Amino acid sequence: MDFALSEEQRMLQDSISGYLESACPLTRVREVAEARDDRAEDVWEELTNLGVHGVLIDEDYGGVGLGYLEAALIAEALGHAVAPVPYAASSIMAPTALAMAGSDEQKEAWLPRIAGGEVVVGVGVTEQIGRRETEGVTSADGKLNGKAMFVLDGASADILMIASDDGGLHLVDPNSPGVTRNKLKTIDRTRTVAEVVLDGAPGDVLAGSVANREPLLNMIDVGRMILAADTLGAAQSMLGKSVDYAKERRQFNRVIGSFQAVKHMCAEMAAELEPCRSLVWYTAHAYTAIPEEGRLMACHAKAHLAEVGKFVARKSTEVHGGMGITDLLGLHYWFKRIGFNRQLLGTPELVREEAARVQQWI
Amino acid sequence: MDLEYSPEYREFRDEVRTFLDENKHRAPNAARMIPGRPNSPKEWQQLLIEHGYAARTIPKEYGGYGAEPDILKTRIIAEEFARARVPTGHSGDNRLVPTVLELGTEEQKQWLVPPSVRGEMTWCQGYSEPGSGSDLASLSTKAELDGDEWVINGQKIWTSGAQNADMMFCLVRTEPDAPKHNGISYLVFSMDTPGIEVRPLVSMMGDAFFNEVFFTDVRVPKDQIIGKRGEGWFVANTTLRYERGGLGDPNEAENRLNRIVDMMKRETVSGERLIDNPIYRDRLLKLQGQILAMKFNGMRVLSHNIKGEEPGMARWIVKLNGCELNHQMAGLAIDVLGELGLLYDGSDYLRDGGFWQARYMLDLGLIIGGGTAQIQKNMIGERALGLPKEPKVEAA
Repeated sequence: MDFALSEEQRMLQDSISGYLESACPLTRVREVAEARDDRAEDVWEELTNLGVHGVLIDEDYGGVGLGYLEAALIAEALGHAVAPVPYAASSIMAPTALAMAGSDEQKEAWLPRIAGGEVVVGVGVTEQIGRRETEGVTSADGKLNGKAMFVLDGASADILMIASDDGGLHLVDPNSPGVTRNKLKTIDRTRTVAEVVLDGAPGDVLAGSVANREPLLNMIDVGRMILAADTLGAAQSMLGKSVDYAKERRQFNRVIGSFQAVKHMCAEMAAELEPCRSLVWYTAHAYTAIPEEGRLMACHAKAHLAEVGKFVARKSTEVHGGMGITDLLGLHYWFKRIGFNRQLLGTPELVREEAARVQQWI
Repeated sequence: MDLEYSPEYREFRDEVRTFLDENKHRAPNAARMIPGRPNSPKEWQQLLIEHGYAARTIPKEYGGYGAEPDILKTRIIAEEFARARVPTGHSGDNRLVPTVLELGTEEQKQWLVPPSVRGEMTWCQGYSEPGSGSDLASLSTKAELDGDEWVINGQKIWTSGAQNADMMFCLVRTEPDAPKHNGISYLVFSMDTPGIEVRPLVSMMGDAFFNEVFFTDVRVPKDQIIGKRGEGWFVANTTLRYERGGLGDPNEAENRLNRIVDMMKRETVSGERLIDNPIYRDRLLKLQGQILAMKFNGMRVLSHNIKGEEPGMARWIVKLNGCELNHQMAGLAIDVLGELGLLYDGSDYLRDGGFWQARYMLDLGLIIGGGTAQIQKNMIGERALGLPKEPKVEAA
């Protein structure tokens, strides 16, 4: 019985965080965001060298073959640094679906290239969680029709994985005829989402996803877990900045952190956030070790981190006073990152309803 | 991450289960027992000590079982007794006994620990005063040495169980000229000592669990002091440490949540089950997420403790969050019951024996007691996050 990270897991955490701290400071994030680039190319390449994109991928396919806990620790570090690189969809959701439902040919075609940082995969599952403007995507005779919104990591993805209404997962080349892709502008410039319109577009369906929704549902579970971990890191960073600021900023001849009003905001952030770390760790560990709990925990991690993230984002901004809302300070990059994670792959209300169904309460 | 018990502990768990299966029928009725009150019958307590399920780490020579401290085994005992809904035993008094064992003289240990462990000597805590709550170190009940006796004058308040306790451990000011933290001593004495008057303080729950205790020229032998003169604040902090460890148990919170789930599947309003109402259901699910997070936080703290590591922030937040969640759960349960939630004192339509209304009020008391939520936030801010203390205000 030991609810703790292993020595190797702590080293992984340190190496990713250490790298991001030196190579991806706010100034670098700002450059990417202001240029409206889809990713920080240098950061992407070094993360490839560190094994990030192949974290889940078997060594047989060129990955490092680690588990979801390691994947979540990486997500936490990326969220902490608001790193402008694809990860949740491309490095976690797509490899999960390929490993579970892909044919040998499909795995061989894509997994090594994902692990090697050669391709980014955009994942379109929004219509299978909460449909808004669109009628979704239908599949017939290897052709796809309809519209997929908020395709995650999708703006300049080399290949798309689109879910159709029957649960099928289809690999779609964005350059093939019948595919139109538009980058959607969101509040968060550190990750990308796209609108993908399909008009008789050719799709290569993952063999195991035909008449089986499990690969789709699993992919959504792990995506939720990773977005929760990303929020954990981003919120932890905001708490740290708040405490630092409260120790420096002086008003009425005192540092503001000595006022209980400010101190208690910091304490409330810490009290809300600290248990989230254990929830994320448990969720990531349980997904493989205690599979019967996996989906419920992924729902709770996603919903709870969305709530706590929102709380921390708001309180942290308040601790910073007027500076908190300026572009100059840049705190808004974390605020928006947390907001992005909240809306994608199911808002807290929708995800909690799913948790009720998973427990057969309704 | 390894969430399984190793074979040694699985074997221990089986042992506890077998014991409970064989002896459950001898246990007192759990429903009538309120946590924290030393009302476990003496025969049950004795049986538990013999098997090492109560007073487990208290040395044999002082009436305990004499096992090496083992956090996991202690936890397994608590888990299995809770699962079997069988009341646990006690370790005398979880504040006084560890303090005496750590800081008392050999004579004091022999005098105080064995009868406490047997349940023949019960305790109340004389700390808070009308003018000294959160700022406990400002306390003014004084004790002056007169020959071989302390003479105590003053008043305590919030003294839980004072009307039934045999003994009190008490903080008194013995060095009026010393700085406030260095002028306090820790005395122990019988509640039968002349000059002690206990006045019940009726709480919002309608019971008189708390008391005011008045001291008028109460004479206590000089050697009934734990630690040295003027070191009582340090001694008391040893005690507080033991008390705080017990508040906000996340496993208990999960059990309570499951009771609400069952209730929401059972209770209906206008013919609809409460679990089918999306707004009530969302409140329940929000709480479930928070409780799971605290449960896993508890596992993390436990793992640090087993390894002798300082859990840091994960520990500082337990009292604040645990008490708050318990209060919110009771609040949800009452709302689930609607008008039925108002019933109290053994009404005909009462649900769960009035447990939820009682908890709603008691849990609010626990948010305040043992260091208020605001004091907890000060501690999180200052000790865990390193924010500066508020500047001291000079006494007027």
